[in-house]
Amino acid sequence: MEHIIKNGIVYDPLNEVNGEQMDICIKDGKIVDSVSEDANVTDASGQIIMPGGVDPHTHIAGAKVNVGRMIRPEDSKKDAESLAGIKRAGSGFSVPSTFMTGYRYAKMGYTTAMEAAMPPLLARHTHEEFVDTPIIDHAAYPLFGNNWFVMDYLKEGDLDKCAAYVSWLLKSTKGYTIKIVNPAGTEAWAWGGNVHGINDPAPYFDVTGADIIKGLAEVNEMLGLPHPIHLHCNDLGHPGNYETTLASFDIPKGIKVNPKHGSREAVLYATHVQFHSYGGTNWRDFVSEAPKIADYVNKNDHIVIDVGQVTLDETTTMTADGPMEYDLHTLNGLKWANCDVELETGSGVVPFLYSPRAPVPSAQWGVGLELFLLVNDPGKICLTTDSPNAGPFTRYPRVMAWLMSNRYRTDMIENKIHKWAQRKTSIATLDREYSLYEIAQISRSTPAKVLGLSDTKGHLGVGADADISIFNFNPETQDPSADYMAVEEALSNASYVFKDGEIVVKDGAVVNIGIHGRTYWVNSLYDAELEKQVEAEVEKVFKQYYSVNFANYPVQDEYLPRSNPVNGVME
Amino acid sequence: MSEIILTPKEQPQVPLEANTITPDSFAGKNIDEISNIAIWNGNKQFRLSEFFDVQGESAENPSEIKIIIDGDIYNTKRIGQSMTAGEITVKGNANMYVGAEMDGGKITVEGNVGSWAGQDMKGGELTVLGNAGDYVGSAYRGDWRGMSGGLITIHGNVGNEIAEYMLGGKMVIKGNVAIMPGIHMNGGLLIIEGNVVARTGGEMKGGTIVVKGVIDEFLAGFKYLGVERNIEVEGEIIEGAFYKFKGDLATKGASGIVYAAVAGNGHIVPK
Repeated sequence: MEHIIKNGIVYDPLNEVNGEQMDICIKDGKIVDSVSEDANVTDASGQIIMPGGVDPHTHIAGAKVNVGRMIRPEDSKKDAESLAGIKRAGSGFSVPSTFMTGYRYAKMGYTTAMEAAMPPLLARHTHEEFVDTPIIDHAAYPLFGNNWFVMDYLKEGDLDKCAAYVSWLLKSTKGYTIKIVNPAGTEAWAWGGNVHGINDPAPYFDVTGADIIKGLAEVNEMLGLPHPIHLHCNDLGHPGNYETTLASFDIPKGIKVNPKHGSREAVLYATHVQFHSYGGTNWRDFVSEAPKIADYVNKNDHIVIDVGQVTLDETTTMTADGPMEYDLHTLNGLKWANCDVELETGSGVVPFLYSPRAPVPSAQWGVGLELFLLVNDPGKICLTTDSPNAGPFTRYPRVMAWLMSNRYRTDMIENKIHKWAQRKTSIATLDREYSLYEIAQISRSTPAKVLGLSDTKGHLGVGADADISIFNFNPETQDPSADYMAVEEALSNASYVFKDGEIVVKDGAVVNIGIHGRTYWVNSLYDAELEKQVEAEVEKVFKQYYSVNFANYPVQDEYLPRSNPVNGVME
Repeated sequence: MSEIILTPKEQPQVPLEANTITPDSFAGKNIDEISNIAIWNGNKQFRLSEFFDVQGESAENPSEIKIIIDGDIYNTKRIGQSMTAGEITVKGNANMYVGAEMDGGKITVEGNVGSWAGQDMKGGELTVLGNAGDYVGSAYRGDWRGMSGGLITIHGNVGNEIAEYMLGGKMVIKGNVAIMPGIHMNGGLLIIEGNVVARTGGEMKGGTIVVKGVIDEFLAGFKYLGVERNIEVEGEIIEGAFYKFKGDLATKGASGIVYAAVAGNGHIVPK
């Protein structure tokens, strides 16, 4: 099947195309140089063309996401869609059902989204939900930061065994990266406590957050993984936590970057940094320290961050940071679900109202935007809302509009939100406005590159997957800064979305679910002998402590309708 | 007031979803158009006239419309859901969700109703002359923001967990109540003229519950404050002598009030 998209205005940062009118040719799901005269023609005159969006950090599949759906029938009630054409019915504003998740990403021109927290024991459930999530390519990040084996090997100082274990677990769970959440803290939560900062040891294991970050960052490069360690720092959401954040950022500095696939330059990916940029000692004397965090990112090249922008909605928080969710529950008094995942991790779920009229959410809104506007290089910062934690992913177009329009932000600050946004952050003094090119960076090229997938994702060069989004907004006649509502509307409802070369969205509606999305996972072999030895050790522990049999633990290939392994080291 | 009379035909085995039977949806339509209003039965849509004979006269404005359902609709749900004005009278029984999310106007049911009557009600008046099921004037499942305004009066008995998460408005139960009336209540006034089985005001944080009958078992989380006579609540005087309690102190920062009639409730007062 051949397609040609004619006359669109293209933003493709990885190929340094900035608003040029050009044609895009597609053949057999890939972008090619030219097509025959028989190609289907799509006219994109006066419209924006970008690569398909890439979400590097979201919560869309797996056990805790489903707990979010189950404990919030009121969230489902407020946003339900009935059966329409090829679309199934579904519901959920902040935690949509799986099918609706796929449709809604596609509708905004997003074609790849990564589930950012997969308990290894519950990998099967996560992949089952991927099977029912249409259109988008995806991957899941297994949780390693509070894993007993990891902590044991690090305590013994045996990085080789730790690397062999990580390699085995990534394969067994069909996982993509080393996710670290509140290292040592979630394990402490299993004992009813938490850790404070990076130098507080986990009970029994006696390794600190700093030890875990350092050890796993080294393991990450020993294995040559496509993505750096993916870190959710300690002390999330606590006033004064920026010092912990900066100290955590410094830990992997100096480790040599070594991806076997892709071309990332970072050895650390720090996620939802907005929640980690707070000064003060409590919520009264709280103040934004986003400028210090942004300054660090500007001065260092070993790090890429995502923001976790607060969207000022009623949403559902969900994380493997179990103790943080308990704190949140005691703060807002709303219902709370908690889960302890045996030898691996934990999680919690609590609804949250980021009311624009309330002081703290308004300040958090300002902190997130400060990060976006104060980090100079859009090649170091990704657009996320840590969906649904700071707001649902369906608000990405609104966040983009805020970034492109100082007028939109000023209207928010002056008329719609609490004065803490001005008093506690510097947002009212920042007049930088993102260009469409920079929007394409933070939502396309930067995440694709830091994920190690920029050979086929996040750009429109020859050889890329034909994942393409087209938006009905004419940058030659319309100004996103002035006409921010129009740009938000256009970005919310793509006029066309191509996935693997097929039209899946037309005029803001899903018209075709195409072929199933790829599941990316990392295949590596650190040291065959050592991996066997580690596997035997793990099996022994399984018999003693796990609730499942060792043989039932790994996810079989049958769980991945479209398996896409990415190689790390293979020895 | 224009009257529209709906005479029920045989009730289907699968409940009818009648959220389109409101003055709001009838307003501005003639009788033919009203007869053709869509109504769900199971997974199929039907016309209203397939389940009701429609007669009478409509009006432009919902506040000028009175709908009379002249018979028993025991298997019809969601009568008057989300209505904002006008009147509905049901001359028989009705099923679940009568007056759910109601914001104004008046509903009177002469028989009994199912559960969830007046769920998430915001305004208006809902009167049931018979009994009601569970969850009268409660929140939507999972939500922590329940009935916020209006008046519900049930002349008969009711089931469990009425006024759950109530925030405002008033509810009067003239008969008896099963367990957990006013559970998680945060505001508003609940008056129970009959008896309560147990757990009045469990985990309530605000609002007022007045029980004129006997509470069989009371919760330990309430602090006894003494006897008050001719109490004043939400601007009205309720005559008689009442034991006054504050709670449910099992919940942080709770300041709900329960009044229990002195007559018959001596057993719930600390010795």
